[in-house]
Amino acid sequence: MALRQCAIYGKGGIGKSTTTQNLVAGLAELGKKVMIVGCDPKADSTRLILHAKAQTTIMHLAAEAGSVEDLELEDVLKVGFGDIKCVESGGPEPGVGCAGRGVITAINFLEEEGAYEDDLDFVFYDVLGDVVCGGFAMPIRENKAQEIYIVCSGEMMAMYAANNISKGIVKYANSGSVRLAGLICNSRNTDREDELIEALAAKLGTRMIHFVPRDNVVQHAEIRRMTVIEYDPKAKQAQEYRDLAQKIIDNDRFVIPEPISMDDLEDLLMEFGIMEVEDESIVGKAADSAVA
Amino acid sequence: MNQVVDNIKPSFPLFKEEDYTTSLGNKRALFEEKHDPSRIDEIFEWTTSEEYKELNFSREALTINPAKACQPLGAVLCSLGFENTLPYVHGSQGCVAYFRTYFNRHFKEPVACVSDSMIEDAAVFGGQKNMFDGLENARALYKPDMIMVSTTCMAEVIGDDLNAFIGNSRKEGHIPEDFPVPFAHTPSFVGSHTTGWDNMFEGTIRYFTVNDMEGKEVGSNGKINIVPGFETYLGNYRVLHRYMKEMGVDYSLLCDPSEVLDTPADGKYRMYSGGTTQDEVKDAPNARDTLLLQPWQLVKTRKFTKGTWNHETPAINIPMGLKWTDEFLMKVSEISGKEIPLSLEIERGRLVDMMTDSHAWLHGKKFAIWGDADFVMGLAGFLLELGAEPTHIICHHANKRWKKAVDQMLAGSPYGKDCEVHVGADLWHLRSLIFSKKPDFMIGNSYGKFIERDTLKKGEDFHVPLIRIGFPIFDRHHLHRSTTLGYEGAMTILTTLTNAVLEKMDKDTMKMGVADYNYDLVR
Repeated sequence: MALRQCAIYGKGGIGKSTTTQNLVAGLAELGKKVMIVGCDPKADSTRLILHAKAQTTIMHLAAEAGSVEDLELEDVLKVGFGDIKCVESGGPEPGVGCAGRGVITAINFLEEEGAYEDDLDFVFYDVLGDVVCGGFAMPIRENKAQEIYIVCSGEMMAMYAANNISKGIVKYANSGSVRLAGLICNSRNTDREDELIEALAAKLGTRMIHFVPRDNVVQHAEIRRMTVIEYDPKAKQAQEYRDLAQKIIDNDRFVIPEPISMDDLEDLLMEFGIMEVEDESIVGKAADSAVA
Repeated sequence: MNQVVDNIKPSFPLFKEEDYTTSLGNKRALFEEKHDPSRIDEIFEWTTSEEYKELNFSREALTINPAKACQPLGAVLCSLGFENTLPYVHGSQGCVAYFRTYFNRHFKEPVACVSDSMIEDAAVFGGQKNMFDGLENARALYKPDMIMVSTTCMAEVIGDDLNAFIGNSRKEGHIPEDFPVPFAHTPSFVGSHTTGWDNMFEGTIRYFTVNDMEGKEVGSNGKINIVPGFETYLGNYRVLHRYMKEMGVDYSLLCDPSEVLDTPADGKYRMYSGGTTQDEVKDAPNARDTLLLQPWQLVKTRKFTKGTWNHETPAINIPMGLKWTDEFLMKVSEISGKEIPLSLEIERGRLVDMMTDSHAWLHGKKFAIWGDADFVMGLAGFLLELGAEPTHIICHHANKRWKKAVDQMLAGSPYGKDCEVHVGADLWHLRSLIFSKKPDFMIGNSYGKFIERDTLKKGEDFHVPLIRIGFPIFDRHHLHRSTTLGYEGAMTILTTLTNAVLEKMDKDTMKMGVADYNYDLVR
């Protein structure tokens, strides 16, 4: 099987890291060889696999050693549950330096050091919430991830983000092989959430690949720095992640997304009652004048 | 192909020998996919056409041969003008190598300047650590009395905070609490070398005076502050000193690199030499007033001297040519209360005499000129005074307000009415302009020599010689030591222009029996 490289994007706080690690654990259970590349200065993309607080990152080690050239692959790569390989790009504290450059440096380093040359089946890039600059688009640039999964839920901002990320994918899709591979709905228990995300997926030209219901066992596992699959393999939620893993293995629907306009998105939200129908007559009116 | 040790030939004329012409010819034919010479000529001719000029001027996304440099280059020149001061660039090493070579090639002098060599991890984590080590090491190694910090693009893109970094360097003991480190953010992708000079200068006077204005009183030290701006003619610093001394005016030339950029070869290396002292800067708010010699580039400085120092900072023009030197000296006289001495009146008279002597040769001659905003404006003004005609004026980094001012100046003279002024244009634009409307000469920096070559390629009748006045001048020696400001500078420019005209005249008529009826002994 050829190496499949996948990147997980989505609004900040939507549960990208948790979903990624659980689904990767599912893949590992199915016998797949997987690597996770955390592309977020917070470095919390591998803790559930390694049972660690935070993995020592490539950039941190590079700064200590003097430069990335002084590092070797084994210095930065740790192996955790299910022989899953873990690396974290790392980056600066909030407010200084350039986190995007950190991602670029780290991924270039992994490539040069041949991290992808082993008999891997999957690489997953877990990328910081917003594609704020070129650095965070690094995983979808040439020869990197070909499949993008967007984690979202039936909330307005999560869907805005999904649409924006699709716009980013289009930019790179036209000149390369990157494609949108589906939306993963990480449920927030809102009304008709599955229908809404399916409708959004259809508009973007993709599909909702799986609906992950909300379950407290995820938090219980997380407190122990474990995935659900490892913590409680019999839990119903563990099966959900296995299903997601299997669907990703079987997935062959990779598309260039068709991002929708703000108006279309708002229409969709109004249709599902997430956004109130706009009353144009009150726009720009202050409190006292609106009352009158 | 062998060379004999007693007769080493440089590439020219060596490459004219047969084995080289054969070898180079083969290289072109076999490996460089050389086109037929007639095709090359055809394309060349096309690039000199009106059609090409139109395409060239509709160019949107590309600069070819810019007529400007970047901000930190200006900041480094500014830093060189202060006593025992080490210019320090926070950012990548290669940028600083570029500033140093640029100045080396122009001034033929070593230029001391350090960088804190930000590399990959600094780009990610920010350059504070580099600043800590850099300041500490630079101070220990090169023993300056002050370090002036500017920045490269890299530090600016990631948003490094100089104020915080330098403050933390003190807190952590990398430099003493009282060691002066003025600083300025100088992103290379905004503005030009003149913006960088302005930023660095403003950063320096701000550093020394902004929190120390108490007890400062305008006029209390009786001096006049003179701010040169991005000035590469060392004679200009010297002529200002001379004029002020001859007038008996007490003054501070704020920023003067004329010593460190012109050190003698006496066996002693001087990393620092001359320059404005820190005390002069601290005392500067007490002056009667501040005169900015290149007002178009000193925008931030002017704001500071007006706003914080409460100096009137009167609007003057660069003291270039006759009239603007008159105005400058009269302004100095007005502020200081000192008469303009006889010696300067005589110097002025000599200039006027020279102008009339050469007038017949310069009258109606057409010139294309480019360079920094104030320089170009001053030079255009002097050309008009000489009865010469500026026909193309290019300033790569000036704004529309500047263009209006230049247009207005040109409209005020019968010699200026056929002139086109372009801002934001580069030397490739100028090349088109020169082919489209041929001037007699062009005046600018060394980069113009390639336009000159191209004009000659089109034919002798199209040849436009380059007169080297400006910055940088890499391919002629010692011109940077001459003067372009004041009556003295006007004399230098006048002499240079006149003799360029005469040399061209000689060259054109030096054909025996054909044109030597005008190949005259007396011109």
